[in-house]
Amino acid sequence: MMPKDDGPGMNSPMSEQSNPLNVDLIQKRLEKAKGPGYWRSLDELFSTDGFREFLHREFPRQASEWPEGEGEPGDDGRRNFLKIMGASLALAGLSACTKQPPEEILPYVEAPEKLIPGKPLYYATAFPVSGIANPVLVETHDYRPTKVEGNPQHPVSMGAADVPTQGSILGLYDPDRVQTVNYIGDIRSYTTFLETMVNALEKQKAKNGAGIRILTETVTSPTLFAQIQDALKQYPSAKWYQWEPLGHGRRMGAYLAFGQFVNPVYHFDQADVILSIDAEFLASGQNGVKHARDFASKRSVRGGATTQSRYYAVESSPTASGSKADHRLPLKPSEILSFVMSLKGALAGGSTQSKFMQALVQDLQAAKGRSIVIAGADQSPEVNAVVHAINDALGNNGKTITFTQSLESKPVDQWADLKSLVADLNSNQVDLLLVLGGNPVYTAPPELNLRGAFQLAKTRVRLGQYTDDTSEVCQWVVPEAHAFEQWSDAPAADGTVTIMQPLIAPLYGGKSAHDILNAFTETPELSGYETLRGYYASKHAGADFDKWWRKSVHDGWIEGSTQAAVAVKLQGVVSPSAPVGTASGYEVSFHADPYILDGRYGNNAWLQELPRPVTRLTWDNAVVMSEKTAKELKVEDEDRVEVAVNGYSIWGSVWRVPGQPDGAIALSLGYGQTRIGRAANGAGFDANPMRTVANSVYAQGATVKPLGNKFRLAAVQHHFLMEGREPVKSASLEEYKKDPEFAQKESEIAPKGLTIFPQEWQYKGYAWGMAIDLTTCVGCNACVVACQSENNIAVVGKEQVLNTREMHWIRIDRYYSGPSDNPQAYFQPVACQQCESAPCELVCPVAATEHDAEGLNNMVYNRCIGTRYCSNNCPYKVRRFNFLLFTDWETESYKLQRNPDVTVRSRGVMEKCSYCVQRINYAKITAEKQDRKVLDGEIVPACAATCPSQAIMFGDLNDPKSKVSQWKQEKTNYSLLGELNTRPRTTYLAEVRNTNPQLGEA
Amino acid sequence: MPQLFKPSSNAWARSSIVLAVVLLGGLGGLMFELIADSRYATRQGDAREQPIPFSHAHHVGSMGIDCRYCHTGVDNSQHAGVPPTKTCINCHSQIWINSSTLEPVRESYRTNESIRWTKVHDLPDYVYFNHSIHIKKGVGCETCHGRVDRMPLMYMQSSLEMRWCLDCHRNPEQFLRPRQFITTMGYEPSEPQEQLGVRLVKEYNVQKLETCWTCHR
Repeated sequence: MMPKDDGPGMNSPMSEQSNPLNVDLIQKRLEKAKGPGYWRSLDELFSTDGFREFLHREFPRQASEWPEGEGEPGDDGRRNFLKIMGASLALAGLSACTKQPPEEILPYVEAPEKLIPGKPLYYATAFPVSGIANPVLVETHDYRPTKVEGNPQHPVSMGAADVPTQGSILGLYDPDRVQTVNYIGDIRSYTTFLETMVNALEKQKAKNGAGIRILTETVTSPTLFAQIQDALKQYPSAKWYQWEPLGHGRRMGAYLAFGQFVNPVYHFDQADVILSIDAEFLASGQNGVKHARDFASKRSVRGGATTQSRYYAVESSPTASGSKADHRLPLKPSEILSFVMSLKGALAGGSTQSKFMQALVQDLQAAKGRSIVIAGADQSPEVNAVVHAINDALGNNGKTITFTQSLESKPVDQWADLKSLVADLNSNQVDLLLVLGGNPVYTAPPELNLRGAFQLAKTRVRLGQYTDDTSEVCQWVVPEAHAFEQWSDAPAADGTVTIMQPLIAPLYGGKSAHDILNAFTETPELSGYETLRGYYASKHAGADFDKWWRKSVHDGWIEGSTQAAVAVKLQGVVSPSAPVGTASGYEVSFHADPYILDGRYGNNAWLQELPRPVTRLTWDNAVVMSEKTAKELKVEDEDRVEVAVNGYSIWGSVWRVPGQPDGAIALSLGYGQTRIGRAANGAGFDANPMRTVANSVYAQGATVKPLGNKFRLAAVQHHFLMEGREPVKSASLEEYKKDPEFAQKESEIAPKGLTIFPQEWQYKGYAWGMAIDLTTCVGCNACVVACQSENNIAVVGKEQVLNTREMHWIRIDRYYSGPSDNPQAYFQPVACQQCESAPCELVCPVAATEHDAEGLNNMVYNRCIGTRYCSNNCPYKVRRFNFLLFTDWETESYKLQRNPDVTVRSRGVMEKCSYCVQRINYAKITAEKQDRKVLDGEIVPACAATCPSQAIMFGDLNDPKSKVSQWKQEKTNYSLLGELNTRPRTTYLAEVRNTNPQLGEA
Repeated sequence: MPQLFKPSSNAWARSSIVLAVVLLGGLGGLMFELIADSRYATRQGDAREQPIPFSHAHHVGSMGIDCRYCHTGVDNSQHAGVPPTKTCINCHSQIWINSSTLEPVRESYRTNESIRWTKVHDLPDYVYFNHSIHIKKGVGCETCHGRVDRMPLMYMQSSLEMRWCLDCHRNPEQFLRPRQFITTMGYEPSEPQEQLGVRLVKEYNVQKLETCWTCHR
């Protein structure tokens, strides 16, 4: 460790320099500097005026004034304020003279079995994304689903869930979903729709269904597949196509490499060396939860472990997963294929010049059969295929990577499928077009002109959740049931099939694909339940079907349905032609958004407001480029530019991201939707038109033109800063082995017992505490959504995020260290630290925040008068204030979502993390009723429960055997800003990375 | 003309203004306190009108039905629970089958529509009270709800104000009873409450929970 003053961080004397000319100087210093000096952004590193403003003011200038549009014209804010205050004071006085309004109790007529009002029930089901089930347990209060947890008994989920799964509960209650069956804008009944369908199908009988086309997303449901097969049997000339924009590279890469569609299953718990190529594989995408869990098991240094897996990342745009890498190499999108090909060559004995490649080859060769190379699901099929070949050469296939049959019912080249459909449409062959799910008109590239082609079909039927681009060109729009409203089935990443049960009757009369397919049969009104049960009854051998069915539905998966491993054989030599030399201009790469993916969750406000792990942006996508590229273009953050390629152009704001390769621009998909709902409309720009079938991963020869104006982006990068301190502590594995207590030595911890109070409080009962392992935190943000869902946290919208008013109780800070063009990134989840000597408590004039006997820092909403003194005095910046009425008290459907065990906050009160006190109280009451103490692990806060890598541990510090006590015994344990002597109950285990000594600190 | 007011009048005038403000403010505060605490505002002792004039006095007092026959959630959930119509019908399909007073019950059962009872014990929404743990710790129904067996129409025996909660949370020994008498109406302790209470606090591991998040969160 270098002394602090030598680090290039904020402690250095350079912070006085704001002149942009000094950037080069800083770069040079950074190159020379050793040891981590942490910075959050380029603005902080270069200490720009904007950054310093954020530092000195927790909330930006004028954040306390009325937002635009609140006051009446001509009114100044102060006068308005006085008027309202006068009125509210008078009303406050009067309110004492009124009685509580009478409330009613409506008991059941006949109480359902098992339901006890006031006690939640949990049901197992699944939330499928791209057909792959995320197994979940859904908490319901009086049959209202309120919270999603991973299914703890399921081998793929193990109790954890990723971001889209956590957010799914808000999608269920989305008031913008299609609510009625529509025929060209008119409301119709579902029966009328069925009549139309049956008549249309009747006409098709004569021509064997030659005019029928069904377009679905990737189908994995065994029941739906059987239904489609039955339909195709009746109408042999009908055709079924599948298309969705995600996962093409993964699917076709395996086909290219092995000549068959297989599903690779990665075992990161057995991998000593990992290389990811543009892959967001940790806590994201197919099997992401399991990946994160296994990855963490090889990275954690708890319990005296002295080995770690080593992780290299090669990326065309920084990802959250890549941020955890020990060594990261940014490459232009066009260089990725040549990189993997030369890696393949180098592993076969070819020579290599690059230091990175040499180290990588050495490590991979030393770990044959114990390494994993993984390519992104949306990288090109060629890259995926070469990566399979590399794994084959390393002997990983069958060891660290096993293969199963494809989980898809009928795996196909989906781009080819889409093109065939368009050809059929254009040749006027289609009489009846069924579009089940997806939003192809929005996601497909414009060269296929789906919008025009669709309208050539005579009858167009669309099953969808939103009135989106695709619904717009279909005559019939049938509301699609949410995953939690329908009976269905889907395989998890290991093939284990979940029978999905509905948790609530469809809120808006939604129908499932099973219902639509039943129109092809003699019984068009057969329910989803009967369809599913009928299918499995026909498949199940043995007389115990009823028992089997009940068990399978109850457990959340079908026992013994896990796919067996299959042997694969590489098909000859995979050697795709090397990409053509870089054309002039910039390269543009397209990436699915980490949370809203291809836009399918665009109207989910939780996911829109969740800061992206790398860019820290909310509510928008951006034109992501490197610092150097921005300098070349003479643009800064938030400058609007026009990016043109393939004959299409978009306008977007520049966002400089450290670690982005120079000369390459990254655009995320899923934004720029215009008609689906209140959260998605107008957020960001649509990058889909720039893609073509041939250039769906990246495009070359783009031009970028500054437009000379700005468009503000709501980034939370600089929000809630902790000035001039080093919140993150890290060391390389070598340093850790030499000095395991590095984190404790660095901070100046006040001696125990140093206090101005005459007597220290003794915590005799429980003493709740938390520990967070920074080594295993992968920065996925699942905890933030889980917390939002559990604690009724409001969404504030873009305008208020710009004012630093986001309400998340837990935030994941991202720090950088090292050179600004390719730094190391660090994640640190920060929630209320529940200080034993809490600075917030001392300054509250009305005792609205108080300490309790178990060490929790209580926040009492009905005492709070909104002085915000506590937030000012909090060194961790974890208190959140309801500046306005952020909670939606009006929308009926959202009322159903709220957790009845947590107060719904109104305007003018402070709030913060409570360690999920409702769960603590629930467990304490349960334990007391059984005359025992709360067991270790009985209380799991929402954040810890959903954490895919189990980086958060909670428990009783007075129990020396509790897991959290053991975590706190680790030598890497340190308190955040420990020198302040606030004695936080949450502590951190410093990050340890397995850097390669040959490459030095990356 | 001589001066009407002496110089000292200024002081009198000023102090009378201050005094008036203090007096009026104090009076306002007192009024506030009196009204907010009054039975008028809390509705303590206020028998509420119900769709069916259900008499606890009859069912509990005369018939001797145990509280838990209807309030089934009381020992395992936060809510004691108001019984479903089916519970009424259990008996009233046999007796009083033609009573016009009971027509709303039969109608509810026929139409599958809930009976709309008016809530009598209505805690504010920011209070998270749990019945089951109080039952477990030896707080009798009567302790909070009073002599239900003597109430023809239900009313609130206690104010349900926070200070009333705290009276017991601070000195639970004054109110506890052995678990076997939880639902007993008109319970008399067999030994002096001072001794019994102290013994029960120890035996039932009763804690004096006074921190905010015990009830508010």
